[in-house]
This record gives sequence, structure tokens and C-alpha cells, in this order.
Amino acid sequence: MKDRPVAQDGIQSQRSHGRIEPDDARRTCAAGLLMTAKLPSRIVIRSLRRVLLTAMALLGTANVLLAESTSIFDTASYNSEKISEIFLLVLAITGLIFVLVFSAIAVFVVRFRARRSETEDEPEPPQIYGSWPIEIAWTIAPLLIIFVLFLVVVRSVNEQRPTQAPGDAVQVRVIGNQWWWSFEYPELGFITANELHVPLDDTEDPSSVFMQLESADVAHSFWVPRLAGKTDLIPNRINTMWFTPNETGVYYGQCAEYCGTQHSKMLLRVIVETPSEFAAWVENEKKPAVNDPAVADGRALFLEHSCASCHTIRGTNARGTFGPDLTHLMSRQTIGAGAAENNHDNLITWITNPHVFKTGCYMPEMKLTAENVKTVVSYLETLR
Amino acid sequence: MEADAYTALPNRRPATAVAHDWVTTVDHKQIGILYIVASCFFLTLGGLEALLMRLQLWMPDLEIVSPQTFNQLFTMHGTTMIFFVVMPVEAGMANYLVPLMIGARDMAFPRLNAFGFWMFLFGGFLLYFSYFGAMGLYGAGSAPDIGWYAYAPLTSPAFSRGNSTDYWLLGTMISGVGSVSFAVNMIATIITMRAPGMRLSMMPLFAWMILVTSGLIVFAFPPFTAAEIMMLFDRHLGAHFFDTQAGGDGLLWQHLFWFFGHPEVYILALPAFGIVSEVIPVFSRKVIFGYASMVAATVSIGFIAMGVWAHHMFTVGMSSTIDLFFSAATFLIAVPTGIKMFNWTATLYGGRIRLTVPMLFSLGFLSLFLIGGLTGIMLAIVPMDWQLSDSYFLIGHFHFVAFGGIFFAVMSAYYYWYPKAIGRKMNRKLGLWHFWLQFIGFNLTFIPMHFSGILGMPRRVYTYKAGVGLEFWNQVTTVGAIITGISLLFFIVNLWYSYFYGEEAGDDPWNAWTLEWATTSPPPAYNFEELPVVKSRRPLWDLKHPDDPDWKHE
Repeated sequence: MKDRPVAQDGIQSQRSHGRIEPDDARRTCAAGLLMTAKLPSRIVIRSLRRVLLTAMALLGTANVLLAESTSIFDTASYNSEKISEIFLLVLAITGLIFVLVFSAIAVFVVRFRARRSETEDEPEPPQIYGSWPIEIAWTIAPLLIIFVLFLVVVRSVNEQRPTQAPGDAVQVRVIGNQWWWSFEYPELGFITANELHVPLDDTEDPSSVFMQLESADVAHSFWVPRLAGKTDLIPNRINTMWFTPNETGVYYGQCAEYCGTQHSKMLLRVIVETPSEFAAWVENEKKPAVNDPAVADGRALFLEHSCASCHTIRGTNARGTFGPDLTHLMSRQTIGAGAAENNHDNLITWITNPHVFKTGCYMPEMKLTAENVKTVVSYLETLR
Repeated sequence: MEADAYTALPNRRPATAVAHDWVTTVDHKQIGILYIVASCFFLTLGGLEALLMRLQLWMPDLEIVSPQTFNQLFTMHGTTMIFFVVMPVEAGMANYLVPLMIGARDMAFPRLNAFGFWMFLFGGFLLYFSYFGAMGLYGAGSAPDIGWYAYAPLTSPAFSRGNSTDYWLLGTMISGVGSVSFAVNMIATIITMRAPGMRLSMMPLFAWMILVTSGLIVFAFPPFTAAEIMMLFDRHLGAHFFDTQAGGDGLLWQHLFWFFGHPEVYILALPAFGIVSEVIPVFSRKVIFGYASMVAATVSIGFIAMGVWAHHMFTVGMSSTIDLFFSAATFLIAVPTGIKMFNWTATLYGGRIRLTVPMLFSLGFLSLFLIGGLTGIMLAIVPMDWQLSDSYFLIGHFHFVAFGGIFFAVMSAYYYWYPKAIGRKMNRKLGLWHFWLQFIGFNLTFIPMHFSGILGMPRRVYTYKAGVGLEFWNQVTTVGAIITGISLLFFIVNLWYSYFYGEEAGDDPWNAWTLEWATTSPPPAYNFEELPVVKSRRPLWDLKHPDDPDWKHE
């Protein structure tokens, strides 16, 4: 709970306004035009979702309703909302099929079970070799169902995949690395890591987040379950995805494509803020690193040692890009791509031996004396 | 009685002579049993790997195994189960049964048959030798850690040092050669060596499904082998097919892999469909409902299976058009699969159902595969796939298909045909314990995975986020996995116990209808002394019911 900024007033009223009109997308596809059946109204969907969430909570996942939830049903964006609507629709259809077929099996087994008294000499039951009308019927029925489902898919894919970003979308260039995330804001001119700040979308300033996804090494996948489905980051290829958050908060995600030793701890956070909070954050990030003379020793140690060959600190000679940009290190909640909380003790441990938090990661043990580690950390702690 | 049974075993000869017989055998029945025994060996390994993983996932941030070891465990578990457990056990059953079912004396190419088995076995040994012998940076014990799908460029020399990936490539490639030998042999046997009078349209459904499976193997494995050779070129000869650091294409591997990998799913599933198509009618005392539509469904699954591979790739950023095409193709496969489900269910209707252990496993197959199929439809819905693919929901889905469906069917086959191969029935009481423990354990293991996936747990992670409800579901899964493991102990004990003390079976213990029951149990080396006349799909039914033979109805 502690990570979650206080939600601003009036979020509920902001949630439901449309961004990219589904109708526009639908018009682009002839099959979509055939789609006359509308999904049930939002209210029904919402209450259905609430029922489902309550059911899941009862099943032992009460935490699903907490702020730290990563459930795909606990939606916080236009995109994930759309997907969970389809989920419920499909769950209803497949659930019905399951109940029908399963009860048929169960009823037949119970009804036609051989009684113990019957021996092998009993006459065989009547043999039914088949029935063309029935067999044709249960070929056509699934065909109709999948045809309807396919139309749903066509509509939804067209909704979710606009070719153009809205003019005022926040552009982010995401680069996947073994095992951390680089987030570059090309229009704003700075780079950060592992924690993506985006503004809440509101009526006055509709600003979807439009991302360009690339990889520096192997294949990764960007997945924040509450905000959107996953999209892979593949070397030599640029993928795009977007989402429109409609609730402030911290959303957890992680790499969803196996990418080597520490795939499990390639974590990320998306921090959805009010536009004013976001603007303040941007102002701070734009500045070069603080140069506090009080920690000049630590700064010198950082630049003299190999730290500088992997990390960038804007305003210094450190221009390495192998590791995360540290210009505003202290504005982040975690270190090691979510491996540990970002505090004094953990920074010391991380620099002394990062493998304590993240076995197998590429950050080396820095072979500094304990004294020197403290000096470097005192410098790093000024990078606000 | 027991002592008699033991001393009465035929051919009590020195162990070396017996071993020599088995190693040099070209008899399809012995090769079939070799396949099945070898698959049990690999099942033990793959199962232990799974249990270790589940223990590691008991709680967040446990350190029972290191991340590196965990990655090796899931790679080896997946590879083992697909290539060295399910494929060989089904190949073994096909080897044993198909010639008997079609009234042939042996396979078309008996020595090719033996070659196929040994290639598979040595491929498996080579893969597992990596645990002991991989040279390179990590030294001993470097099993592959690239996932069973070995995505490029994680497998390129830059990201996979040492030789572990080479062991994976060579191990699966060599066993793949074995699979193709098996498939070619099966096709030749089924097409050319059927008993006089047995038209293709009279073959048992199991033989039909093996025929289509073999066709799929012949089409799917060579591209896979080619891709693996390309990857070896990358790794050792400086080629750049998949080496993205030098401009290669990681997506090319994904396409080539899934072009094999998806048909592979049906290569595993169709023989299982074949098994239940034999078991359900016999224990319902009914002819299979809709034989012709069953065959048509099988053949169309074979065709469609070759055209759906990219549904594994909805998140890689292909165009909407391509995604929609593969989504539609995937939906389409629900139609023939549905026909099969409905036909099996309809076969139960009006029958006289005997709830024997093989029948219970087949009914388990029906209900669990139904769930696996329906979650498969969910994953074919592109936007849902964006959320669910590579999550534990997906793991739950394909275990419902592969374990709940295929493995339950395989178990059904064990209990059904054991009397034919050994001459004794498997113990019913142990079998019931096995079935119920496996059924409960299975559901406890794999139903919760759907929930962990919905709660945002990705696959292939050695630990997970605390405090979002994942602990509960993972613990249920782990408990389920342990119960499943225990259930398999009952199975192994049953195999052993029944071999010595099982009830004598006789030639046709289930009062069945296909030709394998027309010979002795176990069958002699030449299979049949005398074949019944084949005039219909159920030659033994015709013999037993001369007043109302099948051929009058077909």
C-alpha cells in the first residue's frame, strides 16, 4: 500500500471516457462491420467482474484487491479493461460448453453404468453406428460459435492496434537488457531505468503512453498485467504498443519472455501520476546530475573506477550504457531492476556484492574497500 | 501359486543371453516394450525435475536451487517430457499394437524400426550426459538452460557459452532422426501390410491416428532438424542465421521452431485420441459413434495442425492480418476436435458401461481434455493471448492437454493392453488408488496454475512476487505435484506386482473386437497363427455375433 500515491479526486468520472473510438477501428475492417452484436453494457461487465473478483478472493486470494495486485482482472487502463471484458464473455461461452459436455458425460456414465449383477453373458446393448444429421449438427454448431468469437477477435484487435499514436501521447523508448529495463523519453530528452513514470490520462489532456520496444541483447517481453497485455522486445526489430492508464498508482510488471539466468528478476514498475506530479518529475529528470562538493571524493572514486564504463551520470564523464543510467538514481524505489529496495544499506550491499540480491547478474563485485564503498554510496545518494 | 508363476516363466536363460536378445531384437513387440521401458526411465527423471521445481516455488524467495539450476530444470523437464517420455511411450504402443491391429507379422522395415529406437535412446542419453560431461565455461554439470523451445538469440554463442546448448541440439536432433524412421516405417506398414480384406476404412481408429501422426512427423521433423543444423552452423561455423549480434533474425528461429513445435502437439495428442477411441467403445459395449466423421476429423486435424504455428507468436509484433489469420486457423481446429469429443460422448450413450481402470482413465481424459481444449480457445483469442501467453495460465492449459489429456490416455492404454503384452491383468485395487490419486493430484496441480497466471505470474521464473496471492496457489500446486508423484509410485508398483502376481488374462480379457485380441497373450513372435476373416471394422464382433455382424451396417 505504501507505494501508492494518493489517488486524486474524480478518478471514477475520468475512467470511462473514450480515446480511440472503437467505431473508427471497426470501420477499417469489413468483417468488423458484420459485427452487430454488442458486448453487454459496461455496468453488467463491471458487476460480473466484481463477482469474479470476490469469488477469487474467497478462493484464497484476498490480496487481489490490494494495491500491489498484479491480477489481469484488476484493470487500471482502457486496454486491460477491454481484454478482461472479452475474457468474461469467452469464459461465459466456454463455461456453458463445459457444463453441457461434462454433464452429458457424467449423466451417461451414471445412467448407463453396468450393474454388478450383469455378467459377460448379458446381451450387448443396441449398437448405434452414427447419425449423419447429428454429426453434421455438431460440426456446424462449433463453426458458428468460432465464427462469432472470431468477429470479436477482429474487432478487439483493431481497437487495440491503432497504427498511429495520438498526437499528444507520451513517447517512450523501452530497451530490454539482461536483466533490466531502460526507459528513454526521446521528446523530453532523458533516460531512466526500471521505473516508468507516466501521466494519468484525463479529458483535458488525453495522453496515451505510446511505446517503442527494442532489445539490446536477447528477446524479452514487456508485461504489466494491470495495464496491458505483453509485447515482445526482439533484437533487430522495433515493436510498438500503447496503453491508456485510467487510475493513478504503482503497477508491477516483469519480463515475460525467458531471457537467461535472472529472467525472474527483470522486474519493473509503472508509476501512473497526475499530470502535475508527472510534470514535476519530468522537470527534475531533465536536469543533469547534482554536483555536490561535499561528496567530491565519492564522485571521483565513481569516475575513476570501472563504474563509469557501464553507467551514465549526465553532467559527468560517466557515459557507459551497459548498465542503467544513474543520473537520478535516488528518484527510484528499487535497485537491481526491482531486486531490492533502494536504501542506504542495500546500496552498500549491492555495490559490495550484487549477487546477494541477484545471483548471476552482470554487475560485478566492485572490489572496493568498505570505506570506499561508503564514500561512493554517499555520492550516489546525492543523485536525486 | 506365486512360486509357480515365477518358475513357469518361459525362456529362463542367462541374463546376458536375454540382454543380447533385447539389444539385437528386430521384433516390433520387443522394440515397442523397449520404447515403453525407456520412456518410464525418462519419466522418472522428468518427474523429479518437476518436483524439484515445485519445491523451489513453495514460497517466494526460496533458495532450494539456484536460478541457473532452475533454468536447467525447466529446460530439461520440458525437453524430456515431450521428446523422451510422451513421444516414445506412444511410439512404443504404436510399435507394439499397430501390426497386431492390422493383422501384420511385423513392421515393413524391422531393422529400421530398431534403428529408430536406438537413435531415440542415444539422443536421450546424450541430452542427459550434459549433466555430467559438458565442457566449456561452467565445467561439469551444465545442462542446457535455454528452455525447451531454445529461442534465438539466447542460444547464440554470445549468450550461451560452453556446450550445453549443443547437447540439447544434438540430443533432440538424433532422437528426431529416430522419430522420422518410426514414422516412415509406420506409414509403409499401414499402407502395405494390412490383413487381407482390411480396407483403410476398416482400420481401427488407433491405427488411423498413428497413420496421421506419422504423416505429421514426416512433415514437421525435417524442418526442425534443418533449423537445428542452422543453429549449429551459427554456434560453430560462424554462420549468422539466428545470431542477432551479427544481423541474424531471432524471429526466423521462432517460425522454424513452431512450424515443428505446433504439429508436435498433435503428434503427441493424436495417438492419445486413438487410445481412447479404442478403450471407450469396448467398455461401453458399443461401436464407436461416427467412425467416418472420426477419421475425417483426424485427417483434418492433421492438415490444420500444419497451419497454426504462429499462434505461439501473437506477442512478437506480427501484423494484425497475420495474427488474425492464425487466430482463425486455430479456432478452426476446435471443430474437428469438438467432433471427436462429441463422438466419444455419444459412444457412451445407451451403452453398458464397465468402470474398469482403463475406462476410468479414458473418462478422466475426456473431462480433463475438455477443459484443456476450452482454455485453448481462450488462448486463440489474440488480445487474451497478450495477457495469458507465457503466463502460468498457459502452463495450466497445456498441462491439461498434455498431462490431463494425453498422459491419462497413455495410462488408460497401459491398463488396457498390459494383459496382451504380459499375459496378466494389472491389479484393479492398485489401479484404482493410482487413478484417484493421479486425478486429484493432477487437478490440484494444474487448476491453480490458471489462477496464478491470471494473477500475473509469468512462466519460467524461479521465484515470484510475495503478497499478491500467488503463495496460496503455488502451494496448492506443489502439494498436487507431490500427490501426483505418489500416484505414479502406485503405478510402478502395479506394473511390477502384476507382472508376477497379476490375474491370468487369457487371449481376450476385455471381450474386445480388434485383431490384437485374436492372438495369444503375449503374442508369439509371428503374431498370428490364423487370422479371422476381416470383413468389417470389428472382426471379433463379427465372430462373436454371427447373427448380427458389423459388415451388415457399414
